[in-house]
Amino acid sequence: MSSQSSVAPSLWEGGGSPYATNSKKFGMWLFIISDSLTFSAMLFAYTYSRVTNPDWPKPFDFSPAIIFATVMTFCLLSSSLTMVMAVHAMNHGDRKATVRWILATMVGGAAFVVLHLSEWMKLINVEGVTPFKNPWGVPLFGGTFFALTGLHMTHVICGLIYLTIVATGIARGRFKAEDVEVSGLYWHFVDLVWMFIFPLVYLMSARVG
Amino acid sequence: MSEHIEELHVGGTAGTFAKVWIALLVMTGIEVLLAYEQVPTLIMLTALLGLSIIKAALIVAYFMHLKFEKLSLFLTLFPMLIFCIVLMLIFLGDATRIPHMRPGL
Repeated sequence: MSSQSSVAPSLWEGGGSPYATNSKKFGMWLFIISDSLTFSAMLFAYTYSRVTNPDWPKPFDFSPAIIFATVMTFCLLSSSLTMVMAVHAMNHGDRKATVRWILATMVGGAAFVVLHLSEWMKLINVEGVTPFKNPWGVPLFGGTFFALTGLHMTHVICGLIYLTIVATGIARGRFKAEDVEVSGLYWHFVDLVWMFIFPLVYLMSARVG
Repeated sequence: MSEHIEELHVGGTAGTFAKVWIALLVMTGIEVLLAYEQVPTLIMLTALLGLSIIKAALIVAYFMHLKFEKLSLFLTLFPMLIFCIVLMLIFLGDATRIPHMRPGL
């Protein structure tokens, strides 16, 4: 790298990109940073509500609710691995493998959404939890829980639509490696947010026995 | 120039990514085990947050390629993010006092 920079025009004369990255990727990074702050604010809203209410409910039985959420985490984590493999395949110019890996990613994401929705349905229909009331007392539990997990699920669904568009484009010979990489950044971010929601919302409210 | 950028961004091999994935699964397993063992709340919260931050760092570094980007990208994005998140902790002291200020508790 140092041997090349001596030949390349000086950075100070506009000869190089300050981040050595394209504008799409930098744009996605800026979006991710601002979206992280949105999720942080919601996690803090949940935490503050919980700290101010010592009788905060612990609605998740270890079996089946926590095991169910662990399977959801596994789906999302594995879909991140397949997404990184898609980026890897596209960097090597293998469009067919890229489409296959993106489809595998979408299966993981779709499994997550289906499991999450069935968990929501159980909470709403069987346990009687709504954003405004629940059988365990503190009404804020429902409001913060549905807002936080709902916003995350919306991100996963948007990600599935995004990946459908990218996969279709790749199969038709459109889009470049950087486009797959940018969609990968978004997908990993959605996975990353779940790495905080899962322990703070589910595991901290686990009920054993 | 574009070739040069492309070269910079190809970082990590399939083996590395699989190792990171296994590490993430193991850490998730430890978290679930902590929940099963019903560890005291404060220790549990510290352990979970610690593990989550390590997991997030692994995802950002390897899956999101930040380890293979220029340092300037990291320096532009992350110190500000961490600073803003830490700022959100400002009222936590007040939040912990509220339960003790309620009459009858």
